[in-house]
Amino acid sequence: MSAVAKALSPHAGGASRFERNAATRDAGIVKFLVLSLGLIFFAIFLLMPLVAVFLEAFRKGAATYFAALVEPDALSAIKLTLIAAAIAVPLNLVFGVSAAWAVAKFNFPGKQFLITLIDLPFSVSPVVAGLIYVLVFGLQGWFGAWLSAHDIKIVFAVPAIVLATVFVTFPFIARELIPLMQAQGRDEEEAAISLGASGLQTFFRVTIPNVKWALLYGVILCNARAMGEFGAVSVVSGHIRGETNTMPLHVEILYNEYQFAAAFAVASLLALLALVTLALKTYVEWRISHPATKEAV
Amino acid sequence: MSIEVRGVNKSFGAFKALDNISLDFPDGELVALLGPSGCGKTTLLRVIAGLERADSGQVLLDGEDATDRDVRQRQVGFVFQHYALFKHMTVFENIAFGLRVRPRRTRPSEKDIRAKVSRLLDLVQLGWVADRFPTQLSGGQRQRIALARALAVEPRVLLLDEPFGALDAKVRKELRRWLRQLHDELHISSIFVTHDQEEALEVSDKVILINKGRVEQFGTPWQIYNEPASAFAYGFIGAVNEFRGRVEGDFVRVGDDLLSLAGAKFQNGQDVVAFVRPHETEIVPDIGGGHGITAKVHRILGNGPVTRVELVANGESRKGETDFFEVEIPGTQLASLGIATGQRVKLTSRRISIFDQQNGNERP
Repeated sequence: MSAVAKALSPHAGGASRFERNAATRDAGIVKFLVLSLGLIFFAIFLLMPLVAVFLEAFRKGAATYFAALVEPDALSAIKLTLIAAAIAVPLNLVFGVSAAWAVAKFNFPGKQFLITLIDLPFSVSPVVAGLIYVLVFGLQGWFGAWLSAHDIKIVFAVPAIVLATVFVTFPFIARELIPLMQAQGRDEEEAAISLGASGLQTFFRVTIPNVKWALLYGVILCNARAMGEFGAVSVVSGHIRGETNTMPLHVEILYNEYQFAAAFAVASLLALLALVTLALKTYVEWRISHPATKEAV
Repeated sequence: MSIEVRGVNKSFGAFKALDNISLDFPDGELVALLGPSGCGKTTLLRVIAGLERADSGQVLLDGEDATDRDVRQRQVGFVFQHYALFKHMTVFENIAFGLRVRPRRTRPSEKDIRAKVSRLLDLVQLGWVADRFPTQLSGGQRQRIALARALAVEPRVLLLDEPFGALDAKVRKELRRWLRQLHDELHISSIFVTHDQEEALEVSDKVILINKGRVEQFGTPWQIYNEPASAFAYGFIGAVNEFRGRVEGDFVRVGDDLLSLAGAKFQNGQDVVAFVRPHETEIVPDIGGGHGITAKVHRILGNGPVTRVELVANGESRKGETDFFEVEIPGTQLASLGIATGQRVKLTSRRISIFDQQNGNERP
């Protein structure tokens, strides 16, 4: 999670110097062994499955592939996934920025506790996360009777899917910003207010521009997780076709019904999303580590 | 503008950073807040700026109580040790920031902003870097830009927190001279914080010496150097030889040796500490008679106009460490003195300052 901090560290370019220096360079055979071991692992565990997804998806031809994607249930799953992400990401954006701002710029009792709490969704199993919402909002849950009396459906409906997605993607943006904002300190903000800037002006003209790449990085990761989440969403969704199925759930249903080509077609969309995310992430990482290359004219 | 602080206290948890400080800063002068690190000098500066709130006490700007006024309303220019320039803005935008964030009613026009920024850039002699980013500037250039940015809002007071602390020695010296010139041009009341005594004595009109959250001495650089008011002031400013002992009649007993009290009145048996500057210490090669502190010549350094003689204290010393003394004599006197490494000599002086060991106050 500290990719930004790493990219900003002064030793980022250390590997090449290490390599060039005869005193610290390892024997050629060691380099060869380590490299090939890494590449073989990469090929077997990452590249092969990725290729397999696309091969399986197109096994019965492009027509079947696209038919599987425009089928009403698939379209509804895609729509729901997009809705969940479109709500969860902005919510976590607001929360992440305010939490990071609070932790990095102020001192208050319980600060360490808050930092630990932000990590909770990472440490708890997504299934447990889903169950929490069923227990709280389900028919047998704490608010179940009241909710059904007022005809509000949360569990086994879209609200619970959104809630579960928000829960599991909670830490991404905050965790990305906190170390960076802590490292940057308060000096620039203090300079801004001593020059007469209001709190809002300071926030939008100084704080946000300073963390914009880390923020984007967090948003990308948050979005990827929001669209790909399976466990928590699976518990609260109820798997109602065309209504409460997200893309990952739809893939599972198709697979269980032996519609392999269709399952892989939808899965390939998720894989594509992952590839786009990776490309964006790499670009943002590069921008973080080369902040002056473009801005400096 | 005059700045006054009255009875200011500030604690961070159990640590008392400012202990009932009252000061009246002279109008239009450049004042140095000098002290060791952690003495509270930066905290005092931040309290004056309004970046820190005092636990009790008042800050008066131009005679008006500004204690509850926000940093935005105090019209102070603050320059940070690590510049705190906005990394994502050009030098031009950095300086223009204070003008651009003003409410629409009081905001100058784009043309006026441009004119003002280029005037300020000329003032700090950096007109050619307007379109660069802070990361492309050297440390000294960044600090000058930070100063220009602070001046852009036409502050009534200029506050500088260790302005040269992060710079290398050569640039520091240049910037010191430059800051002094700039102040002579602008005559804006300025306070700067430093832990470097040389810097404080060289640049400022007045020096305030601070230790452990208290004011030790307030005076001109000459007074601070030549008339230290306390044991701390003596030890902190310039090199000094220190002798600890007990009063016996008209003498101080240091180990087996006696040092003349030189007229200072202390009670018999009182624990005192005596300070002598290296250039006011005399070496007496004859160890037979008279009083003085016995020491052994350890090294003789320097072949220039001034020779430094390093001596080791006689016998054992406090805390198991060896005490070293330093004497500066004109190079021409070395030969006539006729001393050599390893020789035992006596140290005396006609200018000794003696303080009570307990509270560090001089008793004349």
